[in-house]
Amino acid sequence: MIPNAKLLVSPSPHLKDRVSVRRIMFTVVLALMPATACGVYLFGLHALWVILVSVLSALVSEFLGYRAMGKRFTMDGSAVITGLLLALCLPPTVPLWMPAVGSSFAILVGKCAFGGLGQNLFNPALVGRAFLTLSWPSLMTRWVSPLEGVSTATPLGTWKSGGGYTSTWDLFLGNVAGCIGETSALAILLGGTLLIALRYIDWRTPLSYIGTVGLLMLLLGEDPLFHMLAGGLFLGAFFMATDYVTTPLTGRGRVIFGVGAGLLVVVIRMYGGMPEGVTYSILIMNAFTPLIDRYTRPRVYGTVRRKWWERKK
Amino acid sequence: MPGFRGGVHPRGLKLTGYKKIEVPPLPPRVVVPLRQHLGAPCNPLVEKGAQVKTGQKIGDSPAAVSAPVHASLSGTVVELSQQRLPTGDKALSVVIESDGKDEWERMPPLDPERASREELLQRVREAGIVGMGGAGFPTHVKLNPPKKVDTLVVNGVECEPYITADHRLMLEEGEKILEGAKIMAKILGVERVLIAIEDNKPDAIEHMEKLSEGVGKVVRLRTKYPQGDERHLLRAVLGREVPVGGLPLDVGAVVQNVGTCKAVRDAVLLGEPLVERVVTVTGEVAEPKNLRVRVGTPFSYLLQQCGGTVGGVKKVVAGGPMMGFAVYEDVPVVKTTGCVLVMGERQVVEEEEGPCIRCGRCVEACPMGLMPTHLVRLVRAKDFEACQQYNLLSCDECGCCAYVCPSKIPIVHVIREGKKGIRRLKK
Repeated sequence: MIPNAKLLVSPSPHLKDRVSVRRIMFTVVLALMPATACGVYLFGLHALWVILVSVLSALVSEFLGYRAMGKRFTMDGSAVITGLLLALCLPPTVPLWMPAVGSSFAILVGKCAFGGLGQNLFNPALVGRAFLTLSWPSLMTRWVSPLEGVSTATPLGTWKSGGGYTSTWDLFLGNVAGCIGETSALAILLGGTLLIALRYIDWRTPLSYIGTVGLLMLLLGEDPLFHMLAGGLFLGAFFMATDYVTTPLTGRGRVIFGVGAGLLVVVIRMYGGMPEGVTYSILIMNAFTPLIDRYTRPRVYGTVRRKWWERKK
Repeated sequence: MPGFRGGVHPRGLKLTGYKKIEVPPLPPRVVVPLRQHLGAPCNPLVEKGAQVKTGQKIGDSPAAVSAPVHASLSGTVVELSQQRLPTGDKALSVVIESDGKDEWERMPPLDPERASREELLQRVREAGIVGMGGAGFPTHVKLNPPKKVDTLVVNGVECEPYITADHRLMLEEGEKILEGAKIMAKILGVERVLIAIEDNKPDAIEHMEKLSEGVGKVVRLRTKYPQGDERHLLRAVLGREVPVGGLPLDVGAVVQNVGTCKAVRDAVLLGEPLVERVVTVTGEVAEPKNLRVRVGTPFSYLLQQCGGTVGGVKKVVAGGPMMGFAVYEDVPVVKTTGCVLVMGERQVVEEEEGPCIRCGRCVEACPMGLMPTHLVRLVRAKDFEACQQYNLLSCDECGCCAYVCPSKIPIVHVIREGKKGIRRLKK
């Protein structure tokens, strides 16, 4: 029909949105930059080393893990996120072998063992963090004050031992002890807003997660703002509970996920032995994700919605 | 406005919205397939060497769901052979070489006021009219529903990017569309006629509003693909949902494309069968145009009329970019061809498929409320029974899921395989 043209035949649609996995992943990395910068500013150059070691170990582990599985490694950015997120939820005092071990565990056990990108049940960064916390609990709880680097307790630690609340303003800005990237709600909010504006993450998850914690704490007579801003809730709500792979597919499912995780945080903080509960709340809800997906299927056009107890599968 | 679930907003890319419909000189030769509709193919009524006139019936079938085919040029039948269709299939086709005279054979005009419902219906059948929006369902069958309907929806949505054939038709021949709609309303016995147009065509909305007084009401719709699909259109316009496995008539409505309306009008008032249509020729051609051409005109002839292609051509699509078919050899315009889209290297990006990251974009975009990513997994696991349970057969192949997929999974293609698998299961 057209001289010398080799026409391509491929199935419709012939038009595709420009979005790609790589673009999404690197945008998430970009969105984490305010929190990263804030962490390095507050906790010094050692924090930067922790971050670099963690990211690099994640990449190397993924390369080796994919090699072992016979899969081709692509620089899709997902390992960068895992490494970065793990570093951001480590105390700023950890020795450098810890991010290396944690990251490798996160990628090899948390991701590759399940079959690689898209297959893992649990958030890899949190798997790595949980592993480190269980294996070296004392190293994972050595906190320092920001800028000065003096040993101190986290706001939640102080609260748990009856020391009262920390100033809301300090919590919002991040001028408190805590993990490298979790202290500044403001910095996290900057990146999170970007992702929500681009519709890369669903606003329902952070809203339902943080909202549930605030509401329940209010009902329990606690300071809701303190509990919403302290600890890793913001980082977890915007960057971990919104991880595509390990959270529900539908909007309704994401609300259930957020409410469930919020409930778990409150239970752990109020009635558990630990001052903080974000890691485990998300990991536990990750396990429920397939079940939530099953019960929140959208209504198919031209069918009548059946109540969840009437559904077979 | 009730609206409909999901959908996507691709860029309009309507390059030809301001270009008047042009009528190019007649092609020297046309290839008229005997199957241009859903249903039984036609049997040829002419032999090789026969002399035919424009509008002469050259194929028909006794089947209930079928539509006759007419010669679109006067001249000599030079070949009766299998020819490639825009869809990629082959069909027995009549190849006519023009005698350059374009002598017509028309049916006697009918007065729609006086003619009976049956006479009008018979005329629509004899004129070989099929749904010109793309599906190609025989119009006389659609106009004779086994149940009572209360609404005729005239579909001027044209939601696919690039295509402007219906847009121009509304602007230039709006009154003819409405005359056709009136005839169809009479055949159906309905009072209510709604003309649905998306708000990316404000000029068409205004124009049709002016013309439609006394005939029907224009409904302005927020632009969203795939609103032109009759199921979603009915949801958006009437808030009615066609049950799974059902037809629009099950919810008391019939949807007809604006081009189909115009064809019905020509068949009744002028006695002319469906032998021409408006085609948007667009994309990487020197001058994109809306052309009124005879059925059977080769794509190559259309491209020539638009000054040929520009740059390195990668793909030629029959139909819109979302649901059209990529063609690889010269094929003829058929009754359902609304667009010929030429795509160059810049538009065709070949991307490697990656693993699903469960982002949920496809679930959000699916207007049918399916879970495309889940269906892909089931099809690839060859679990066709589960595919059926998860309503795979409800998929209209609108392409929203594959459009939004960041992993570039050819979801629609996989789902088509799933449909084949389910069909095998039933055997």
